[in-house]
Amino acid sequence: MSLVVTGATLADGSALDFAVVDGRLAEVSDADDSAERVDASGLVALPGLVDLHTHLREPGKEDAETVASGTLAAARGGYTAVFAMPNLDPATDTAEAAQYVADLGRRDGHCEVVPIGAVTKGRAGAELAELGLMAEQGVRVFSDDGACVHDSLIMRRALTYLKTYDGMVAQHAQDPRLAGPSACCHESDISGRLGLPAWPSVAESVIIARDVQLAEFTGGRYHACHISTAESVDVIRWAKKRGKADITAEVTPHHLLLDTPHVESFDTTFKVNPPLRTSEHIEAIREALVDGTIDIVGTDHAPHTQEDKDHPFDVASPGMLGLEAALAVVMELFVNTGRMDWATVVDRMSAAPARIGRLPHQGRPLAVGEPANLVLVDPSRRATVDRSTSASKSRNNPYHGLDLPDPVEMTVWAGRVTYRR
Amino acid sequence: MHHLLSAADLSLDEARSILDVAEEMHEVQRRPIKKLPALRGRTIINMFFEDSTRTRTSFEIAGKWMSADTINVSGKGSSVSKGESLRDTMLTLDAMGVDCFVIRHASSGAVAQAAGWVRASVVNAGDGQHEHPTQALLDAYTMRQHFRDQGLSDAYEGKRIAIVGDLLHSRVVRSNVLLQATLGGQITLVAPPTLLPTGVETWGVRVTQDLDAAIAEADIVMMLRVQRERMTGGFFPTAREYATEYGLTAERVGLLKPTAAIMHPGPMNRGVEISSEAADAAASRVLDQVSAGVAVRMSVLYHLLGGEGAA
Repeated sequence: MSLVVTGATLADGSALDFAVVDGRLAEVSDADDSAERVDASGLVALPGLVDLHTHLREPGKEDAETVASGTLAAARGGYTAVFAMPNLDPATDTAEAAQYVADLGRRDGHCEVVPIGAVTKGRAGAELAELGLMAEQGVRVFSDDGACVHDSLIMRRALTYLKTYDGMVAQHAQDPRLAGPSACCHESDISGRLGLPAWPSVAESVIIARDVQLAEFTGGRYHACHISTAESVDVIRWAKKRGKADITAEVTPHHLLLDTPHVESFDTTFKVNPPLRTSEHIEAIREALVDGTIDIVGTDHAPHTQEDKDHPFDVASPGMLGLEAALAVVMELFVNTGRMDWATVVDRMSAAPARIGRLPHQGRPLAVGEPANLVLVDPSRRATVDRSTSASKSRNNPYHGLDLPDPVEMTVWAGRVTYRR
Repeated sequence: MHHLLSAADLSLDEARSILDVAEEMHEVQRRPIKKLPALRGRTIINMFFEDSTRTRTSFEIAGKWMSADTINVSGKGSSVSKGESLRDTMLTLDAMGVDCFVIRHASSGAVAQAAGWVRASVVNAGDGQHEHPTQALLDAYTMRQHFRDQGLSDAYEGKRIAIVGDLLHSRVVRSNVLLQATLGGQITLVAPPTLLPTGVETWGVRVTQDLDAAIAEADIVMMLRVQRERMTGGFFPTAREYATEYGLTAERVGLLKPTAAIMHPGPMNRGVEISSEAADAAASRVLDQVSAGVAVRMSVLYHLLGGEGAA
């Protein structure tokens, strides 16, 4: 099938009429008469979004999400590639497991699915997983996400070993002594009043402070997942200013938008790890995303069944949906307020994550000859978020009931339409 | 009033009404036949997902003396131990037509969550490190009795209440602070900085490490239990050091005003936060607190289920 898209504006403000032929962008004249005509007047055409931080739950927890449902949510959110975190059952800690996730993506995916490998066996933090064999299967991003690679020596070895493969450690930064398994509320006057186990901001930044020094020392490639605190921003800014370490950082849409008081009702929808922070932290991470200290938005899309959320706050599963709302949140906070132009949005949500994840065919500028991975965005449309309409199998949607941009009109992945309104 | 989840839910009028009715209930306690018909035909389930002897017994006696049918469900013997979620457990028992749940749970917020799932009234009998509103009410009741016994005004305004101990993990202190914010008592909190809740400076109370000074000016000295696991958790070096620095030792009893009372929500760690000399001193109202607990809980149940404000 082929498309002809006319009237769209690109991220840089220029106009481009283009065709989609054989999975690539082409001149309009290259399309045949049977091509579907799309009037994109008033819409913005962006490269397909790339999520470096997705939980797809298959294999292991298919009642919460499958590759099919999760990638459909991705397509609805404007994504054409997602990186699947390895906290699956079995964990993605072998080449075979990585191959299986990639195969599921090819079979069921509504976007590209790229497996992330575990850093350690079973994500237990003790012994390195078969990093090289996974890398031979194309894995470039390694993470024990959900658990912190807290042992300094393991982190050093992983960073060093992965240099052979251009691999990267994506760290879930959480000092397990400062923020243990029950920690669930940002340490603040709110945790103090509610009596919820506290998760202090420094439990994140002390790990990142160590890691960026190990990254510089080893020359390894390091990525800090879901940065949530002002202290972490300071550390990353300092390390980047030194300019000697290959480090990148990520922030989630929910940490950018939602604050600690959301947990005051003990609504476990708002339980997430790291926890929602207070306004001073939120402003710090927003500023850092704008100035590039934080490189990318990663959704940490984390579907959970209702039964895994219907527990007391300290034992309910942490995590919230994000793929469908990420672009809307970024638009609301940055585009609609004039803090970011579209080109910067493209960098933070498409080009930079593709570059960090080593996906050369994703995050490309929209131009004739480039792969046809794109999203058409209506910059003015809004809607009230309704969790019941999500493509995800889960309903742990923290944006339910909020009035937000509703931008995605059409998503095209590798030349085929994966979503249209 | 449909639920009692937080001491902050109580208006001044509601709090006073509960304390006043508790005085009438306390009279019943002194009768040979301790039975009122007020809650006849009402069913109360005591759901204790966390071990408790005194609070569960206190609620059970309160319900029985009000002629309610009371049933005890413990976390271990219930379907919770078979893997049923808290929500399903609550929905199941609620469907039986129960009038009131009295819930103790180890997780902060679990009682408020449960209240959101059921039609029946819910009383928070202690949720994690969050709140224990009936404890704060029985403490207030005991304080008022003590003020009267000492010939003092029975108003809370102008009275100084020192609360000493593991404040970080204590639901008792949180409910006491919230209730006294309504009743008017001036609270001073004393604890090592490692056992102070984050944000305590926003609570509208005084915070100090100077125990001797706090005791010397207090009308009420409330000592809180230091749990065993805190002693190995790095919150303070040793039990010996804690007892010396923050315990109500025999020597410190001598600092008390002659009209002051010693209180403790129990169970006491004698020799740690409180010496035997203090626990057994004439100024100790610890057993009066236990006695008041039944009367206050009778009053709370009456306000939720039997009074004018009954559901």
